Amino acid sequence: MTPKDSEAALTGYRVIELASERCALAGKLLADMGAEVIVVEPPGGCETRAWEPFADDVPGLENSLHWWHYNTSKKSVMVDLETEAGAQQFRSLLATADVVIEAEPLGRLDALGLDWNQLREDESELIWTSITHHGRDGADPPATDLTLLAEGGPVWSCGYDDHQLPPVRGGANQAFHTACHYAVPAILVALMWRETSSRGQLIDVSMLGAANATTEFATLWWLNGEQEVQRQTGRHAHIRPTEWTQIRCADGRWFNTGMPPRNKREFAALRMWIEELGLVAECSSYEILKLGDQYERIGVFELDADPMAGEVFQAGRDVIEFLGQRLPAYELFLGLQERGMACGIVYSPDEMIEDPHFVERGFPVDVFYEDRNSTYTHPGAPYRFERTPWMVTRAPHLGEHQVLVEDLPE
Amino acid sequence: MTVPVEETFKPQALNGIRICDFTGQLAGAGATKILAAFGAEVIRVEDPTNKGKWDILRGIPPWVGNSPGLEAGGAFNNHNAGKLGITLNLRHDRAKELLRELVHISDAVTENFAAGVMERLGFGYDELREIREDIIYVSHNGFGSTGPYSSFKSWGPIAQAVSGLTFTSGLPEQPPAGWGYSFMDHTGAYYMATAVLMALLHRRRTGEGQWVDLACIEAAGTLHGTATLDATVNGRAMRRSGMPNSNRSQSPRMAPHGIWATQGENQWIAIAVRDDSDWHLFAEVVNEPWSQEQRWQSAADRLRAEDELELLVAAWTAPQDRHALAQRLIDAGVPAAPVLRPGERIDSDERTADLWITVDHSEAGPARVEGLPVRLSETNWSLSRGAACLGEHNSYVFGQLLGLDEQEINELAEEGVI
Repeated sequence: MTPKDSEAALTGYRVIELASERCALAGKLLADMGAEVIVVEPPGGCETRAWEPFADDVPGLENSLHWWHYNTSKKSVMVDLETEAGAQQFRSLLATADVVIEAEPLGRLDALGLDWNQLREDESELIWTSITHHGRDGADPPATDLTLLAEGGPVWSCGYDDHQLPPVRGGANQAFHTACHYAVPAILVALMWRETSSRGQLIDVSMLGAANATTEFATLWWLNGEQEVQRQTGRHAHIRPTEWTQIRCADGRWFNTGMPPRNKREFAALRMWIEELGLVAECSSYEILKLGDQYERIGVFELDADPMAGEVFQAGRDVIEFLGQRLPAYELFLGLQERGMACGIVYSPDEMIEDPHFVERGFPVDVFYEDRNSTYTHPGAPYRFERTPWMVTRAPHLGEHQVLVEDLPE
Repeated sequence: MTVPVEETFKPQALNGIRICDFTGQLAGAGATKILAAFGAEVIRVEDPTNKGKWDILRGIPPWVGNSPGLEAGGAFNNHNAGKLGITLNLRHDRAKELLRELVHISDAVTENFAAGVMERLGFGYDELREIREDIIYVSHNGFGSTGPYSSFKSWGPIAQAVSGLTFTSGLPEQPPAGWGYSFMDHTGAYYMATAVLMALLHRRRTGEGQWVDLACIEAAGTLHGTATLDATVNGRAMRRSGMPNSNRSQSPRMAPHGIWATQGENQWIAIAVRDDSDWHLFAEVVNEPWSQEQRWQSAADRLRAEDELELLVAAWTAPQDRHALAQRLIDAGVPAAPVLRPGERIDSDERTADLWITVDHSEAGPARVEGLPVRLSETNWSLSRGAACLGEHNSYVFGQLLGLDEQEINELAEEGVI
């Protein structure tokens, strides 16, 4: 297909996704950019439909907010792969598809005669994406997001200075997300190649590998010199302890101080802000801050060599902490950023989506649920394509598009 | 003159795609590394006047090899494997001319400067389109190119803080633990690679280029959608008592679900009992009077007394070996895993052994880097060259691609243009 004047980047591609918590994001990323993603659910629906939280706290097949989030812009059909009729429907559906995404237990599809190995001869243009624990030739131990992040590396680096507290898994199923974040570029690469070669292929994604490839300095310090990082509160795990970067502001909110001020422009801006706020007398580091005028730029790795640079650098950090004790986090965030210093307020996800910047950019998007005659706000586009914009419609009801598997040629 | 093309025996999917690449750090360079691994010719453009130090990873540890220096940044080498490197001092008009020529023969321009930098250099999207109508331009920064905070600065931990990812990672009654690394530099890079590829695919089918404005914080803001909807649909704010507790599982609800200490110092095991059937298996492995009690048989009951249950689990795991215990639980059918230390997962875990590869760095020699956790049966990824040294491929790019002769290239170098 060569759509001209298409409205979406992936218009015309049909993707078959076998409903699963593990690959739902991959399908969503393609669907929200215009691919026709048909999620194949078992009788009774995907298990994630039964997961809370539910809209209005009312359990029900169409009410799971997990389902609502991960299945936007998709279509749903219900097919029982365990029956011959269902298997035939699935095979017929595959004959119309460009891409398959599945994260089934290893061996399940093979036993049903519905695996890539059995279908590749007939479907030579099909791009088949398997997301598994550690590859299709591996084993398939029982695993969840938590266990994948524990053995895949991220957990080792996350937690607190106090090592009596357990290390922490970052929230919101990022092991599955990360596997999908590798699956999608791989699918796009395979589609690029198919455009010229007319050949499909198998994409084999390892969830354990994806977690391993997403740990930044824990891996880099080991690969380059076999040094082990240790977790620290709210900042990078490191091979030796580093200074705090997270403070609690006057309104109780947490704040990431980012890169401390390092040059004379920043030291002067901080000093003037203290003056504007009338806090000179209270601020014990104010005088030292004046010495910052002498520094074009203080290199973080040169602090030991120049004691005065170290003092000035420390004064910059102390002044930010001092301001945090007196200002709400949002004011500190705006005040420092407007003065050119990188820092961040620690928002909860629902606070981020209401921030005026992201509202003005149109990040929160309203999705209409005609069945409820209501509109709800979803997180919006992860990227803004000028010509082929990201778009979203509500997740499908179970079997809402069943007609797509009826009357398919065998 | 050597042609610095990766030696591969299989076709690569992105052969023939050329990226004029201004990215740096992980958030940008991580994206074009993926493109390079699949065969794109990624030409990284650096400023010779500061020796490429805009990308701070060039000159910070850990070091590749034994000595520090701007060609020895281990992170830099990791994130830039497989790419070419050239220098251009864009303060010179001649350098701008050369850049225009390079853009003309490129499919995409990628950058992760602060918003507005490319416009100030004279290479904003409008100018790029004048050079090549169907160019793809992907810009990536923290807050995006428009809106009240478009001048604000960001890096991984800030993107994580503002987006909610820091908040949602932690234990109750504690500060946010956040992510102990720049999760959003990795993940922003994945979205950037995805954006380039989607735009390339669209262009291959329609001939149409475009600009993609990628705000890392918005990409991050899509990553906890269920919790966000709980707030927007149900009015249930995340900032509430007992939350967040990210070692527990909220969607779906599971108990016990967490990370507990085991024998030895700083040794931990993660266990997830997904449902009542898992509980039955788990209780058999535990095989203590408490695990057989009727009161723990249903998920609803376990969730109601989760604090108490966790104390029992903690006491049970404390004297045990994390590896042996995890294996016993997995054999029984219960998800469990030791919290692996970096050395354990990189050097001793055969399941991911093919992820760690060795590339050849022109100065430092063989160096280990991360590969990609995917395998493609027909057009797999391949990386064999380490990060380019500063201007390492000036001869190839300015000579072979842009047609300058050796004398001209030498003069440009003497004049500080390249």
